[in-house]
Amino acid sequence: MKMLGLSNKDTTFLLIVVGLTLLTPFLLQPFPVASGGNMFNAGYPDLMQRFAIFGIFAIGFNILFGLTGYLSFGHAAFLGVGSYSVVWMYKLLGYNVVPGLILAIIVSALFALLIGYISLRRSGIYFSILTLAFAQMMYNLAYSVLTPLTNGETGLQVYSNDPQVLRGPEHLDAPHFFNLFKMTDSTKLTLGGWEFTLSAGYYFTAVIAIIAFYISLRIFRSPFGLMLRAIKTNQTRLNYTGINTRPYTLAAFVISGMYAGLAGGLLAAMDPLAGAERMQWTASGEVVLMVILGGAGTLMGPVLGAGFIKYFENIFSKINDGVLHQWFAWMPDGLENVIITISHFFVGKSWHLTLGLLFMLVVIFLPGGLVEGGQRIAARFRGRKAKDDATHAAKTQPSAAE
Amino acid sequence: MGILEVKNVGKRFGGLQALSDVNLSVQENTVHAIIGPNGAGKSTLLNCFVGKLIPDTGSVMFNGQSVLGLKPHQINQMGISRVFQTPEIFGDLTVMENVMISCFAKRDGSFRLHPFETVAHEVDIVDKAEQMLIDVNMADKRHMQASSLSRGDKRRLEMAMCLSQDPKLLLLDEPTAGMARADTNNTIDLLKEIREKRDITMAIIEHDMHVVFSLADRITVLAQGTPLVEDVPEKIKGHPKVKEAYLGETGVTQAA
Ligand SMILES: Nc1ncnc2c1ncn2[C@@H]1O[C@H](COP(=O)(O)OP(=O)(O)O)[C@@H](O)[C@H]1O
Ligand SMILES: [Mg+2]
Repeated sequence: MKMLGLSNKDTTFLLIVVGLTLLTPFLLQPFPVASGGNMFNAGYPDLMQRFAIFGIFAIGFNILFGLTGYLSFGHAAFLGVGSYSVVWMYKLLGYNVVPGLILAIIVSALFALLIGYISLRRSGIYFSILTLAFAQMMYNLAYSVLTPLTNGETGLQVYSNDPQVLRGPEHLDAPHFFNLFKMTDSTKLTLGGWEFTLSAGYYFTAVIAIIAFYISLRIFRSPFGLMLRAIKTNQTRLNYTGINTRPYTLAAFVISGMYAGLAGGLLAAMDPLAGAERMQWTASGEVVLMVILGGAGTLMGPVLGAGFIKYFENIFSKINDGVLHQWFAWMPDGLENVIITISHFFVGKSWHLTLGLLFMLVVIFLPGGLVEGGQRIAARFRGRKAKDDATHAAKTQPSAAE
Repeated sequence: MGILEVKNVGKRFGGLQALSDVNLSVQENTVHAIIGPNGAGKSTLLNCFVGKLIPDTGSVMFNGQSVLGLKPHQINQMGISRVFQTPEIFGDLTVMENVMISCFAKRDGSFRLHPFETVAHEVDIVDKAEQMLIDVNMADKRHMQASSLSRGDKRRLEMAMCLSQDPKLLLLDEPTAGMARADTNNTIDLLKEIREKRDITMAIIEHDMHVVFSLADRITVLAQGTPLVEDVPEKIKGHPKVKEAYLGETGVTQAA
């Protein structure tokens, strides 16, 4: 089955991704509400929306970093720009998210064009430092001279005396989609002991994430994507083959900046607020971690990495000493205290430590990230099957770019 | 007028005069070899043709147009392809992808934004690349990752990438350097085959004279940055100046 200009294999791949995305509210809610596992359920709207948004951010970042190898340390700047754009549109036009998201993509593209044009004059560590410097500059400007635009430390938000010129009297007074639904709309579905939340905000974000994924898939399979991968491998050869690498890297930079702007805009669609802290370098570093953890240069890697990190941030951080006491109450008191003291370093507020260790393990043992881990497991299964069925001569075809 | 005209080229690195007064004319559809002992300035000269270096003095004209000050990709788009002393290929990509990139560069120019086309649907590019791999006997390796090829095959692939662009001038910098005897002979055979199959102009830089002896129409001998003599191979062979230039290097001129 071929669809949308994709090969059979890619069509299947895309359909699986669409299926998983649409079923996320169920898949991430495997435990009954009353059970002890409930705290590991991630199927609530706020978190699912974050998965999708940071998935978009990471998919875009991967087009630059995964394909060309240029490591930007300043992409959070575009995230911030996207958020500010959306909130400004709320203030000026009204709470419909669409104009804001369009503006977020345009404005972040312009910023990316400027920052990319200058930063891409250098490569390697110098490029990374330049992007970092730009982002920190924007972060500081947002707090100081640009206060009229950003509302400084308070953060940009909608006030009742804002013009909102397109807002009719009967319009919704929270982020909405053409007055059809609010982002915060949701219905609860109770099945036995299970409870699922179907949220408008999540599905709106999910549809955009699927489109973002599809565009990335097309780029991976295009001659443009091939050139980007060639840049990562050998720029000298490319230059002497008649290719001007600069506009290619710039295009990749701008595209990834637009993805980041869109993600930032969607954050403001979830919560109509924009603050400068969104542009801080830690946020730029986080997307790097996501892409490397999931598998740089792979299609699914960034999504997996984003999900993984956001899950940790939101779930592991909830496991405090109280929860640990509950878990280990059955142990003799002395042992219980020892275990809890040790665990204390890995969960709750210390979830960063666990994430750091996992990150190290992945980088050392799975340089291709979680995707490589998945592939190795799949290969082992296939290997066993091939041995069982010796007559079945499977023709292995190298899968491009996965 | 030759396709490549080099006039009075000089290049200085600090205190070292690497090239001085180089005059050279490569005629269309010939194979021109530039030989000389190590450090004679051969690579430096070639780098002046492709935009890597800009000579201090003199001019380099290709097809009547100056190449000085142009970027490597611009010079390539004019019709000059280059094979490196150590093969430069896209190691992470497959053999097929390597050749396809050359074909895209030839067809689409130095930049084209085509994010929504699909490589697999570019029938003309795929066919051309496949034919090229058949021509250099590498069709069976098309799905291999380029970095896993043997050194000889890497050289072959690099040559295929250059040839797929139908260059007006193919520059080769010591194409057999560091190769085992068998690989050297293979490469020479490949070059001869290319010569017979298509109209192509080649400039080959070589340290070892016997490599180019059976291949070149004309040979220029470079020593200490200046051409000593230029002639047909037979005349170069026993030339006293050539013997002098290679003095102290054993087995080079004799072997030829
Ligand atoms: N970039 C450079 N900077 C300084 N000296 C150089 C540079 N490139 C080459 N040289 C010197 O110029 C001379 C000629 O080098 P080269 O052209 O590589 O010789 P060949 O290729 O004939 O062996 C050598 O003495 C070399 O050390
Ligand atoms: Mg040399």
